[in-house]
Amino acid sequence: MIKQENVRNFSIIAHIDHGKSTLADRILEKTKALTQREMKDQFLDAMDLERERGITIKLNAVQLNYKSENEEDYLFHLIDTPGHVDFTYEVSRSLAACEGAVLVVDAAQGIEAQTLANVYLALDNDLELIPVINKIDLPNADPDRVAQELEDVIGIDKDEIILASAKDDIGVDEIMERVVSDIPAPSGESENPLKALIFDSLYDPYRGVITYVCIKEGSVKVGDKIRLMANGKEFEVNEIGVFRPNPVAKDELTVGDVGFLTASIKNIGDTRVGDTVTLAKNPAETQLPGYKRLNPMVFCGLFPVNPNQYNDLREALERLELNDSSLQYEAESSQALGFGFRCGFLGLLHMEIIQERIEREFNINLITTAPSVIYEVEKTDGETVEVDNPSTMPDNQLVQEVREPYVEATIMVPNDYVGPVMEISQRKRGQFVNMEYLDEIRVNVIYHIPLSEIVYDFFDQLKSQTKGYASFDYEVIGYHPSNLVKMDILLNGDTIDALSFIVHRDFAFARGKNIVDKLKDLIPRQQFEVPVQAAIGNKIIARSTIKALKKNVLSKLYGGDVTRKRKLLEKQKEGKKRMKMVGSVEVPQEAFMAVLEMNDD
Amino acid sequence: MKAQSVYIHIPFCQQICHYCDFTKFFYDEKLATEYIEALSNEVDTQVHGTKNRVNTIFIGGGTPTALNMEQLRSLLQLIDDKFDVAHCIEFTIEANPGDFDEDKIKLLRAFGVNRISLGVQVFDDAMLEELGRLHKVKDVYRSIDLLQQNGFGNISLDLIYALPKQTVEHFRRSLNEAVAFNLPHYSTYALQIEPKTVFYQRYKKGKLHRPPQEEEVEMYAILKDTMRSKGIQQYEISNFAKPGYESRHNQVYWNNEHYYGFGAGAHGYLPGERTGNIRPLPAYIKKAKEDGHPVLNTEAIGIREMVEEEMFLGLRRMEGINTNQFYEKFGFPYEKLYKERIAYLINKGWLEENGENIQLTDQGVLFGNDVFEQFLLEEDDLMLVR
Repeated sequence: MIKQENVRNFSIIAHIDHGKSTLADRILEKTKALTQREMKDQFLDAMDLERERGITIKLNAVQLNYKSENEEDYLFHLIDTPGHVDFTYEVSRSLAACEGAVLVVDAAQGIEAQTLANVYLALDNDLELIPVINKIDLPNADPDRVAQELEDVIGIDKDEIILASAKDDIGVDEIMERVVSDIPAPSGESENPLKALIFDSLYDPYRGVITYVCIKEGSVKVGDKIRLMANGKEFEVNEIGVFRPNPVAKDELTVGDVGFLTASIKNIGDTRVGDTVTLAKNPAETQLPGYKRLNPMVFCGLFPVNPNQYNDLREALERLELNDSSLQYEAESSQALGFGFRCGFLGLLHMEIIQERIEREFNINLITTAPSVIYEVEKTDGETVEVDNPSTMPDNQLVQEVREPYVEATIMVPNDYVGPVMEISQRKRGQFVNMEYLDEIRVNVIYHIPLSEIVYDFFDQLKSQTKGYASFDYEVIGYHPSNLVKMDILLNGDTIDALSFIVHRDFAFARGKNIVDKLKDLIPRQQFEVPVQAAIGNKIIARSTIKALKKNVLSKLYGGDVTRKRKLLEKQKEGKKRMKMVGSVEVPQEAFMAVLEMNDD
Repeated sequence: MKAQSVYIHIPFCQQICHYCDFTKFFYDEKLATEYIEALSNEVDTQVHGTKNRVNTIFIGGGTPTALNMEQLRSLLQLIDDKFDVAHCIEFTIEANPGDFDEDKIKLLRAFGVNRISLGVQVFDDAMLEELGRLHKVKDVYRSIDLLQQNGFGNISLDLIYALPKQTVEHFRRSLNEAVAFNLPHYSTYALQIEPKTVFYQRYKKGKLHRPPQEEEVEMYAILKDTMRSKGIQQYEISNFAKPGYESRHNQVYWNNEHYYGFGAGAHGYLPGERTGNIRPLPAYIKKAKEDGHPVLNTEAIGIREMVEEEMFLGLRRMEGINTNQFYEKFGFPYEKLYKERIAYLINKGWLEENGENIQLTDQGVLFGNDVFEQFLLEEDDLMLVR
C-alpha cells in the first residue's frame, strides 16, 4: 500500500501533434504498465476515430507504479485530456482531478492558443506546472526561442524547463522525477465524508455507466450506497477499480485515488462531468466547486437517407447519448427530408464525430443539414423566440430584430500573418478588439465574431491563409443584434426546408449565387431539367439549372469480365442509397452541406 | 469440357492506346515467346485431350497480330491441337489495321480462323493519333482489301465515338465511311474513360475534352438510323450485323453461357464460378508454367448471381429475355422475383413486353445501367423461389 503522500495525480497539456501521446506512451513503457507486445502506438487514444484524427475525444486515466531515483515507490495517476476547444469544460474537470500538469510545447512550433487556454485552466485549478519543450531532436527546433516564449507568455522560469524528445527518450526520466518532486500529493482526509469528482463516464451495456472519479475526500467501497450530488440520485456501488491501463478490480478507492466505479446506473445523464459523488449515509455538506451543465452551441438536423431507418437513428442517438451527456436531440420533421432529429452539439468537431460514429458504428446513411446556432428573434408583436433551425425562422415581415451569439476569438499567429488573419476576421463580420505581442514574433489577435461565422469554415480558412501557423480558441460572450435574413433554396420550384439558412443581408446575394452554382455541380443530372433558385421571401435572387440526364449505359462489356460489370452496378445501386429523394429530385448528402462552404471570395 | 467457348488473351501491343484498360504490354519478342509457352501450359492443364469440340474461339488483346509469324504459328498450332477447329462455328481474331501482312493472313486462314475483328476506331488521322493508335486511315483500306482478297469476308469493324473534340457531324462522316465498306458486322462503342489510362489522367486534370451527353446521345441515334438504313440490324447495345452474322462468341457472354478464359488478365466463366487471371506478365508466366492455374480471383456464382446475370446480360440483347427460356433454365418464372421491378421499368418507359420477351425500349437502352441495376437481388429475395 502506497501512502497518500507518495501519490501524484497529473495530466499532460499539449497541442495536437506536440507529442502528448508519445510522451504518455513513453511513461507507460517506463513504468512497465504495458509489455512491449501490448504496446500499441499511442495507447491512450483508443477509439479508431481518435487515432484517425490524432486527437483524444474521451478522457482516460491510468494508474502507474514508479520507483523514483531515491528508491521510493510512487503511485502515479496520469489523466488524459481531450485536445479540442469543443471539450474545454471536460478538460477543466479532468484538470480539477489533478494537482499538477506536464505542459508539453513543441520545440519548433512554440505555444499554441489552445494550449495557452488549457494552461490558464490549469492555473485556475492551482496546478503545479512542469514545463517541457519537446521534439528538441527536430532539425528546426528552436528551444531557446520557445523557452523565452514560455517565460514571456506564462511567466515560467526558463531554468525550470525540461528539454526533451519523447520519441528519442531524452528528458523523460527527468520529467518523471520532477512529477515526484514538484507536484504535491493530493490533500484531503480519508476520514472525511466522501467527495469524489466525476471527470468522465462511459456506458457499458453489461455494467451500466462506468464513472471515472478522483477521490478528493474520504473513501468508497463496494456495496456503499452513493449519492450524486447534482441530482440527489442514489445507487449501490457494485464494482470499483483502477486502470493499469487495463481495468483492475479493487475493494476500495481512497483519498488521492483515481479510478472507476459502477453502480447499475442506467442513464449517463445522471453522472454529469464535474459532479460530486458522496455517500448516502454520511454525505458531504458541499459539492466540489466548478460543476456546470453544458449547453450545446451548434445545432443541425440529422435525417436517415432511408426513411425506414428512423428508428435505427433514434436508437443510435440513444446509445451515443449513453456515453455523451452533452449530446442533445429532439425529433424533427422536414418536408423535404421526412422524419429526423434536431441535434445539439458542443461544437463543430463534436458534431462531426457524432455523425461519423452514427454512420460507421450504426451503419445508417445520414443527411446532415448545415449547422446553425441559436438565434434570438424579437417579433413585431414583442414576443421573443429562440430559433435553432433556419426553417422555423418567422417570416421576415414579422421580425423586429434578430440577435445572434458572438464569441471572443483569440487567434495566435506569427506577426507575418496578422494581415490575413485580420482580413478573414473582417470578412467573417468580426469586430477588432485587441492585438498583443506575446514576444517579438508571436501575436495574439482578438476579435468579436458571430458564432455562426465560426461554425462555417473559419478555422479551415484560418489554417490555409496562415500556412497552418495560426491557432485559435474562442469563448461565447453573448448576443448582439445583426441584420440577418432567412434564405430559401428551391429545387424544381419547391422550397427545400432543409437547405434554408440564415445569412447577413449584405452577403445574401453573393452567398445565394455561390450556393445555386455549387448545387448545380453537386446534384447529378436527373431525368428532367431542374432549376435551382435562391430566394429571400418571395424574391428570387439567384438561379442555376441542372440539365437533364441523357444517358447512363456502358457500351462495352469489358471483354467477358462480368464480375466487373456487376461491381459497377452494385456501386451504382449503393450510390443511389446515399441519395435522398427530395420532392422529385435525388439529392446527394454533400448538397445539404453545400451551404456551409464559402469559397466565394 | 466445361464450356463450349474459348477466349484467349494476347496482351501485346506495338503501341498502347490512350483509352485502353485491358491487360496489355509493349511487344517484346522474347517475352512473347515465353508467354505462348506459358499459355500453352495453362490450356493443357485446364483442357484435357485433343481436338475437343467447341462452338466459338476468340483470340483478343492486346493485339494478337502483334505476334511474329513464328509465335502466331505456335499459338494457332496449340489451338488446333486442343480444339476441333474444323467443327468450330466461329473462330475470331482481333487485328489492327496495318499490323499484318499477307503471310499472316494466309497463316490465319490455314489454321481455320474465319472471322476478323478489326480495330478501326475512327476515320481521321489526327484523332487516331490523339487516341494513341499507330495506324492511319489509309491502312484501314489496305487491310480490308487484303483480307477480302484472301477470302476473309466475315469482318467486323470496331468504331469508337464520343471522342475528345469529336462533333456530331464528324462522327456522321466517320460512320458513313465505315458503313461504305458494307461489312457484315460493326461494333460501336462510346468512349469510356477508365482508370489507369492516359485519358483518365488527362480527364482528372481537366485536360480531356468530352462531347456533352446531349451530343453523345445524338451520335448514338445517328448510328442506329444509319445502320437500319443499310439493313444492318442492331442485336445488342453496341453491336450491329447483317442477318446471320451476329457474333456467336459475344452472344455466349450475353446468353450467360460458359466460356474458358486463357491468358494474362483473361476472364472465364465455368459452372459455379467466374475467374479472373493474373494480369502482370511475369507473374502470369511464372504461375502458368508452374501449375497451369494462373487464376487471381474466383467469384462463386450461385443461383442469385446466375439469375442477376441472366437478366442484366440478357437485356443487352435487343431481343431481350425470353420468358420460356428463362423458365426452362431456372425452373421458375422471372416474375417471381422481378414482377414489381419490371412493372416499374415498364411504367418508366425503359422496358417493354414483346410477345414472350421483355426488352429494352429505345429510351431504356440509353439508361441501360439504371435498368440493369434493378435486377440485382438481395439475399432475402431468393426466399421467394426456394
